[in-house]
Amino acid sequence: MKEFLEGSHAIAEVIKSCQPGVVSAYPITPQTHIVEDLAQMVSNGELKSQFVNVESEHSAASVVLGGSAAGVRVYTATSSQGLFYMQEVLFNIAGMRLPVVMTCANRAVSAPINIWNDQQDSISLRDSGWFQLYAENNQEAVDFHLIAYRLGEDKRVMLPVMVCMDGFILTHGMETVDIPEQEKVNKFLPAYKPLYKLDPENPISLGLLADPDYYMETRFVIQETMREAIGYLSGISKEFSDVFGRDYKDMLVEEYRLKDADKVIVAMGSVCGTIKEVVDEQRAKGKKVGLLRIISYRPFPYARIYEALKNIPKVAVLDKAVSLGAYAPVAADVKSLFFGKKKSPKVISSFVGGLGGRDITTETIHEVFRRLNAKEANFDFVDLKPELLKEEYGE
Amino acid sequence: MENSPLFKSGHTACAGCGQAIAARLVIEAAGANTIVANNTGCLEVFSTKYPETAWGVPWIHSLFENSAAVASGIEAALKYLGKKDAVNVIAQGGDGSSADIGLQALSGMLERGHDILYVCYDNEAYMNTGVQRSGLTPFDTNTTTSPIGSLSSGNVRPKKPMPEICAAHGIPYVATASAGFPQDLIRKVKKAIAIKGPKYIQVHVPCPLGWRHESNKMLSVAKAAVETGLYPLFEYEYGALAARRQITPKPVEEYLKLQGRFKHLLNNPEETKKVQDIADNNIKKYNLKLETQAPGA
Repeated sequence: MKEFLEGSHAIAEVIKSCQPGVVSAYPITPQTHIVEDLAQMVSNGELKSQFVNVESEHSAASVVLGGSAAGVRVYTATSSQGLFYMQEVLFNIAGMRLPVVMTCANRAVSAPINIWNDQQDSISLRDSGWFQLYAENNQEAVDFHLIAYRLGEDKRVMLPVMVCMDGFILTHGMETVDIPEQEKVNKFLPAYKPLYKLDPENPISLGLLADPDYYMETRFVIQETMREAIGYLSGISKEFSDVFGRDYKDMLVEEYRLKDADKVIVAMGSVCGTIKEVVDEQRAKGKKVGLLRIISYRPFPYARIYEALKNIPKVAVLDKAVSLGAYAPVAADVKSLFFGKKKSPKVISSFVGGLGGRDITTETIHEVFRRLNAKEANFDFVDLKPELLKEEYGE
Repeated sequence: MENSPLFKSGHTACAGCGQAIAARLVIEAAGANTIVANNTGCLEVFSTKYPETAWGVPWIHSLFENSAAVASGIEAALKYLGKKDAVNVIAQGGDGSSADIGLQALSGMLERGHDILYVCYDNEAYMNTGVQRSGLTPFDTNTTTSPIGSLSSGNVRPKKPMPEICAAHGIPYVATASAGFPQDLIRKVKKAIAIKGPKYIQVHVPCPLGWRHESNKMLSVAKAAVETGLYPLFEYEYGALAARRQITPKPVEEYLKLQGRFKHLLNNPEETKKVQDIADNNIKKYNLKLETQAPGA
């Protein structure tokens, strides 16, 4: 049913339809509205979950770890420092092969403290063994949670999934969203049947000590599962489209007006809406520009991106995060996949923008296309304020 | 002792490990319908080295400091499944993971009212990493991070009052116990399991390696701690002191002299007096002294 809703409320609605047995969260802006809505649903009896109000994000992640290990579907949500405080638990959840689903309401990280959007938080957790799916708009954010549970709970996968949605821009943005009907959700997402669980009828031990004789293989099999899951995503997406009528193709990337393009921007998340607007505008003026939107950042779809970009002369990667002291994270991944390949863009430039909630406007995107020329840019910041830098470092 | 189906022999604990004996007594008292969440530490390492496990009950280890939160999630899941009444949940860890790094998770578990028994195996230092001091290391203990030296006679602070901290949460049951008093420990675990809500039991478990005593002296060392008043055994119910084990107090030297970690105190009456003061304070605070009957009464 189509409704005009705040993004957070839309997420709460879809989580309700997924019927998690345990929900646990600790408040952090801009995640709060999601869990407030879920708490209200539990309080009203609309959602038959155990809502565990914990004393920290570390415990929120630990509670859903325990709930998942006990064999029920679970949910949590966080942002920024909260995600970082969860970090060791998140690696642990992946290592224990528990299909936890969480929403990351993407937000900048301290210091300086900043509650506004960028993607530094989730990108910094890229090596944790969690899938990371980035939504462009609230409809996608809603739909990706259904796909997340299907993917994570798939017996071939059994890994956690993080749905990343830009804080405020999506979480607090009002959009018309088609909230999936319960019977369709039930059809697409059957009740969770765990492969293994803590059960006195069949006692098992979870989380054992693995010495050098055993540890490496645990990492190898997660890497293999992630690689194979690139293929599973398209199958799950096809089923999703059959039930709900919205087609996310292979769920890896979206190609937007790429055919015959000379210049392409690669990006993730809500900024892609702005980029599409600029692409349309420039195309109308006869300029051959396009967008490659990455949906699945982990696993990173190397082959798929190679196919999409191999004939594009100039590519700009627009990161909303940095790897201080190195190439910007998404740019580094994109550059690395072309090394030693027969075909490659002549230029892969890297731009960083939108940190700490600085608006990426259509003018910013025009600027990125302008600066995408024969001279390769490496982590060039866009929309910097030179007057502030002067103040800090001026003579 | 015959082999236990719930905590099997063949694990790799040191000879005379008080924690291994206490952990077995706890799980046998709780029974097979129990799920255990375990912090990182000696117990976890010596009982579950892949591909082996000593545990005959469902058991999970996640991290150093989060067993109370993991157990909270397990308990919530059991409630959701309608199975909580049939299954006990135990969270457990050592003194460091309970009183220091895991105190926040434990406090959260207690405050939220989960139906979980938390067991802290108190061997009074970080033994798994090599005898570093914790918040439950006693005053004047020689550990690797509170070493004795020309300016120090060991750990400068007394034990953190964990039982009182837990009791202050207003939970139904808090108790101290000792590996030296197995029947008392079993009784307290059974009592705790029968009570709905959060429970905390802190068990004093000698560590021959870290305390530097003979492996075959584990029981007598544990008993001496209780008999000197240095490790009082008591029970709190809903925040109020409800029971204590009374003793005919022995001087603290009877306990200190058994262990290398206190060796430096034996010819130091001034420091020994400070330890005796701690015992005397416990004896007074918990009314531990057995009253001798007046003649003719």
